Amino acid sequence: MTCQKNHKQVASVNPMYYVIDNIKSLGGDNVPEIRFDGVSKSYGEIEVLPAFDMKLNDGEFTVLVGPSGCGKSTTLRMLAGLEDLSSGQILFDEKKISHLEPKDRDIAMVFQDYALYPHMNIAQNMSFALKLQKVPKPEIKKKVENVAEILGIHNLLTRKPGELSGGQRQRVAMGRAMVRDSSTFLFDEPLSNLDAKLRAKMRTELAEMRNTLNKNMVYVTHDQVEAMTLGDRIVVMANGLIQQQGSPEELFKSPANKFVAGFIGSPSMNFLDAFIVEESGDLIAKGEGFSLKLNPDMASIINTLSSKDVTLGIRPSCFELSQGNGDGVDEIKLTTVVSEYLGAQSVLVTRCCKQDVLVEVQSASPIPGGQEMTFSVKPEDIMMFDKKSGVRL
Amino acid sequence: MLRINPNRMTPYMFLAPAAIIMAFALLYPIGYMVYASFLDWNPSQRIGEADWVGLRNYANLLQDESFRESFFVTIKFAFAVVTLEMIIGVGLALLLDRNIRGMSMLRTIFILPMMIAPIVVGLMWRYMYHPTVGIFNQTLKSWGFEPIPWLSDSNWSLISIIIADIWQWTPFIFILALAALQSLPRSALEAARIDGATGWQQIFYIKIPLMMPVLIVTALLRLIDAFKVLEVILVMTNGGPGLSTEIMSLRIARTASEFRELGVAAAMSNLLLLLLFVLTVGMFIYNKIQENRAARIRKVAEEA
Repeated sequence: MTCQKNHKQVASVNPMYYVIDNIKSLGGDNVPEIRFDGVSKSYGEIEVLPAFDMKLNDGEFTVLVGPSGCGKSTTLRMLAGLEDLSSGQILFDEKKISHLEPKDRDIAMVFQDYALYPHMNIAQNMSFALKLQKVPKPEIKKKVENVAEILGIHNLLTRKPGELSGGQRQRVAMGRAMVRDSSTFLFDEPLSNLDAKLRAKMRTELAEMRNTLNKNMVYVTHDQVEAMTLGDRIVVMANGLIQQQGSPEELFKSPANKFVAGFIGSPSMNFLDAFIVEESGDLIAKGEGFSLKLNPDMASIINTLSSKDVTLGIRPSCFELSQGNGDGVDEIKLTTVVSEYLGAQSVLVTRCCKQDVLVEVQSASPIPGGQEMTFSVKPEDIMMFDKKSGVRL
Repeated sequence: MLRINPNRMTPYMFLAPAAIIMAFALLYPIGYMVYASFLDWNPSQRIGEADWVGLRNYANLLQDESFRESFFVTIKFAFAVVTLEMIIGVGLALLLDRNIRGMSMLRTIFILPMMIAPIVVGLMWRYMYHPTVGIFNQTLKSWGFEPIPWLSDSNWSLISIIIADIWQWTPFIFILALAALQSLPRSALEAARIDGATGWQQIFYIKIPLMMPVLIVTALLRLIDAFKVLEVILVMTNGGPGLSTEIMSLRIARTASEFRELGVAAAMSNLLLLLLFVLTVGMFIYNKIQENRAARIRKVAEEA
């Protein structure tokens, strides 16, 4: 008891150190490297996940991100042991684990709907796993109180889940996973049931946890902002296929295809159809209502193309207001339809002939709709995708 | 001057039809029965002609050895069948709570016994229990065992009617338990699997506690029914041998029709009603106390 009081005093001096110290004390050392080896999943005739390989380095925070139905949750559930594999193997440090029950995989999981046990109070919810492991009662009590203190839910321990708010339940679900002291944490869209403000707060806390805990964390979300802010490594999935994996920066700066380019980044990337011509030594992409100069380095790639029809990708933040009249080869003339004023920036929904183009501008003051403006785009900010396959060129 | 606001009367007007039906269909017969229990009333008399005897019927009943016997037989029967039916019904539900091909077919077959008229069930079992040609004794004999005097021995007869009742009414508990199981939150069960619960631990720590509200109501419904069971036993044993299977409702029926003492029969019915009422109210009070206790513990813990 006195020990806890001391902690509280320390906490009041510098809460951050206190939290980090405590979280560190939860960490085990034996964190496996996880490998998916030719794993596939079918429900009857329908193949939802074609065979794929994936490696998650030990201690990494991996985010599986993609739109609904892309197979990310199924992948996580197979890792958890809640779904059987149709083929292939999952390995923890070369040890096959896909035949093991969830309880034998040394994992903890946080569910989207929290999945708390409604008939148990919070302390019982958090200690259930330890109770099943026959951990001595005083030790359980200590661990639960410790984690509850970290998450700020120590005053809720005797309540039932039904009496808590969404955010509190979310914390309890995290607490239940943390008490376990497993080597691998799985998160299945844990923040999607929270309101925007709370979600941002919990995201920060998770990011903090990521930095301090040496654990495998696999996190499933459909929200690219969560993916970007949390992941050491992001795996983008669509239609059951892994589109690309890499660090947030890699995905943002060099997306492998149109899907990844459009999915990562907010507001999302603009895609404009264009035809490439060579004019007086310059590479120019011409489309309806614009012609933009391309990076000369792309010449070698363009020469290999059978068709000069491509899709250009330009991030909304890459447009710069220009004084020109829109006739230059690095300029594009856009008509504002709606201006979404966000404070420091505005997102302009503009139109270039029939295509919508999003533009992010620093806004000293709101920009009215219907205004025609000229923007310039630097050649190195323009990405190029194959029109048919969507592969980045 | 008292003025009635018609808007305030609206809910009562909507309630009125139900209240009138309740009054006629429920309260009137009960009132009638309570009144009759104070009379020395013979079926050949009109109720107005019967003599008022006050509490004599009740006083006699409490001293009546065979009534007490019948009372205990009823209690034994009711608790035995409900306990066994709950265990078997819930067990079956836990076993069959999965996606098996043809499950809906299987479920229909399971609930068939419930749909058979009780008289038919009684006849069916009487033939099956028949000492020489019944299927049980035939089978026992062909395996080289001694035949069992299912209905003719007072030690076996209660067991025999319990078995028949279990056969008929376990499906009721099975379907309710299955419905409860299938509405449990899937993710809580998955969380339990991840937390390391074995199949048995999931059943005892998660599934059964979460099914409890449904199970309590189911058990209560079955208990009330078991106290009133009549036809099957009437056909199978007619209360015999001796008084070994003479449960209360059978005794009430016989008191009214054979002994022609309507007042005494009414008094017995009232006692049975009282017993069921106490059971039901007791159950609710128990629940309430549990809730209050939990709330109090919580409050104390939070203040500390």
